[in-house]
Amino acid sequence: MSVIVEHLTKHFTRSHLPAVADVSFRAPTGAITSLLGPSGAGKSTLLRLIAGLEIADAGAIHIDGVDCTGLPAQQRGVGVVFQSYALFRHMTVRQNIAFGLELRRIPRAQVATRVEEMLSLVQLDDLGERLPGQLSGGQRQRVAFARALAIQPRLLLLDEPFGALDTRVRVELREWLHALHVRTGITTLLVTHDQEEALEISQHVVVMSGGQVAQAGPPEDIYDRPTTPFVASFVGGTSILRGRVREGRAEMGSLVVSAPEAAREGEPVHAFVRPHDIKLARTPVGLGHPEGASRVQRLKPVGGYVKVLLRLPTGDELAVEVPRSEFEALGVVEGDSVLADVRSARVFVGDYAI
Amino acid sequence: MHVATFTPRHATRSLASPALLKWGLIATALGFLGVFLFVPLIAVFSYAFQKGADAWFAAIRTPESLAAIRLTLTAALISVPINLVFGLAASWLIARFQFPGRALLLTLIDLPFSISPVIAGLLFVLLFGRHGGLGPWLIEHGHPVLFAVPGIVLATLFVTFPFVAREVLPVLQAQGCDEEEAALTLGASGWRTFLQVTVPKVKWGVLYGVILCNARAMGEFGAVSVVSGHVRGVTTTLPLHAEILYNEYDFVGAFAVASLLTLLALATLVIKKYVEWRADAP
Repeated sequence: MSVIVEHLTKHFTRSHLPAVADVSFRAPTGAITSLLGPSGAGKSTLLRLIAGLEIADAGAIHIDGVDCTGLPAQQRGVGVVFQSYALFRHMTVRQNIAFGLELRRIPRAQVATRVEEMLSLVQLDDLGERLPGQLSGGQRQRVAFARALAIQPRLLLLDEPFGALDTRVRVELREWLHALHVRTGITTLLVTHDQEEALEISQHVVVMSGGQVAQAGPPEDIYDRPTTPFVASFVGGTSILRGRVREGRAEMGSLVVSAPEAAREGEPVHAFVRPHDIKLARTPVGLGHPEGASRVQRLKPVGGYVKVLLRLPTGDELAVEVPRSEFEALGVVEGDSVLADVRSARVFVGDYAI
Repeated sequence: MHVATFTPRHATRSLASPALLKWGLIATALGFLGVFLFVPLIAVFSYAFQKGADAWFAAIRTPESLAAIRLTLTAALISVPINLVFGLAASWLIARFQFPGRALLLTLIDLPFSISPVIAGLLFVLLFGRHGGLGPWLIEHGHPVLFAVPGIVLATLFVTFPFVAREVLPVLQAQGCDEEEAALTLGASGWRTFLQVTVPKVKWGVLYGVILCNARAMGEFGAVSVVSGHVRGVTTTLPLHAEILYNEYDFVGAFAVASLLTLLALATLVIKKYVEWRADAP
C-alpha cells in the first residue's frame, strides 16, 4: 500500500466540529484513488494534510512506508495540482515546470531535457514560452500537472483538478488524465465531488461525509453495494422510497423487494432505487388508473434516454431512465398510468432522514 | 405603481441632457484643479524664476540650501528602506497569519494617517526632550535626538511607515497563497518562496508604496518641524528651509526651494503613472 492514513484528525477551531475526524484509509500503489464527497466533507482538508500544507491534530500518514506525519511539505516528495492551478504567474510555462527541478540542484542541461519531456507529456510542446495568463483554463491545468510531475513525486495529489473548467473540457481532460496515468503509473489521490469522475477514472473510491469515511472500495462496490444510506443516496442519482417490512419483504406500495436479514416484521424501511433499475409497462387498456399504477408526471428526453418522473400511489416520487428505443416502444405521454417494476434496490431499516 | 410612474420621467430627463451634464462636470473638475493645482504650480515657478535662472541657482547653491537638500535626502534614504522592510513584513504577517492582536496591528499601521503630524512630533519631544523619558540619558551620553538629525529621521519614519504596508497588503490579500503553497510542495524553502514567488507577485505594489513613502518623507513638514529646532544648515530639511526663507522675506530663495520640492512631486507623479501602467500590463 502506497498511502496509509490512520486515525487522522484535524480541527480548525476548538469550538467547531473537526474538519477531518478519525479518518483511516489506504490508497493502493499505482492506482488512482478518489476522495469523493459533497462540499464540506473534509476531502480537501484531508488532501492538504497529506501534502503537508496543514498539520494534523492526531493520527499518522505513511507514504511508501515512510512516516510523513511530522515532515514539512518540502520533504514529502508529493506533487500537488490545485484547483486554482496556482501557476507562478510571472514565470513562463517552462520556468514553471523547471521550478521544482532547479531547487534540486539538477544540472541545467538535464533540467531542460526534463522540461521538454514534460511539455510533450502534457501536449504543450509549442507553448513553453507563454505566460500562464496567455493560456486557456485547460492548458493551465495541464501545465500544473507537468509542474507537479516534473519532480518525479512518489504521490500525485489532485484537488478538484477539473472543477473550474466547463463540462466539455472536463470530460476531455478526464480522458487525458486516464491516459496520462496509464503512461506514468504514479499513485494518485483525486479529490472530487463529481461521482461520475470518481467512478470513471479511479480504481479505488473513498466516499467521505462529515469529515469521516462513509465507505471505501472499488467503484463497482460503491455503486452496486453501498453500505450506508448516505453512500446509496449520494452515488447514482437515486430515488428514495419508504415502506414497511411484511412477511420478510420490504413493501413500498406496489413495489416489493427482499428486505435486509435483520429487519423485523412491521419495521419501517427505506429503499434507494437507481433510475435505470426500473422497468416500465403500460397499464392494460380500458382500466383507467388501476390500483398500484403510477402516474407519469414529467418526461425529459436527454440524449440517448428519456428521464421519466413518476408519482407512486404511496406519494413518493421515482425517477426513471428509459433508453430512447424502449421509450418509443412504450409510447406513453405525461399524465398516463404505467406499472413500475423495480429490478433491484438497496434497502435499509429505519425511517429515512437527511 | 410608484416606480413605474417615476422611471420614465427620470430616464427622459437624464437622457435629454447628457452633454450638458458631462461638460458641467468637466468644467467643475477642471476649475477646481485650476484654482488649487495649476495656479499655485505656475505661481511657484514664476516666483522662483522672477529674478532669472541665475538668482534661482544662487538660492539653491547657498550652504544652507545644500545642507537642507543633504538632510532631506538622508532622512529619505534612511526611512524609506526601513519602512520597506517593515511594510513588507507587516503586510505579510497580516495577510498570511491569524493571531491575537491582528486587528489592532492593522489599526496601528493607520495611526500616522489619523494622527496630526504635529502631535507625532510632540510625542518625540516628550520622549527625547531635556525633561523627557529618554532624553536626559541620551544627551548625557552625547547622542541628542531632539533638535538633531536622529530626531528628524525618527519623525520621518513615523509619518511614512504606513505607505508600503498599505499598498502591499491588498495585493497580497487579493492574490491568495496558492502559489506559495505550490512552491512549498515543489520543495522550496520559506525564504526562497518569499523571494521567488511572493516578491515578484507584489513588486509593483511595493514600488508604488516606496514612491509614495519617499514623496512623503521628503515633503514632511509638521512632525519634522516640531523636532527640528530649526538650526540653520544643521536640522532644516527642504520644507523647513523654504519656510525660514519665506519668513525672512527672501521670496526668490523660498520659492526656489519650493520649486525643487514641486519638481520632486511632479517626478513622483510621472514614476507613479509609469508603475501603474506597468502593473496593469500582463
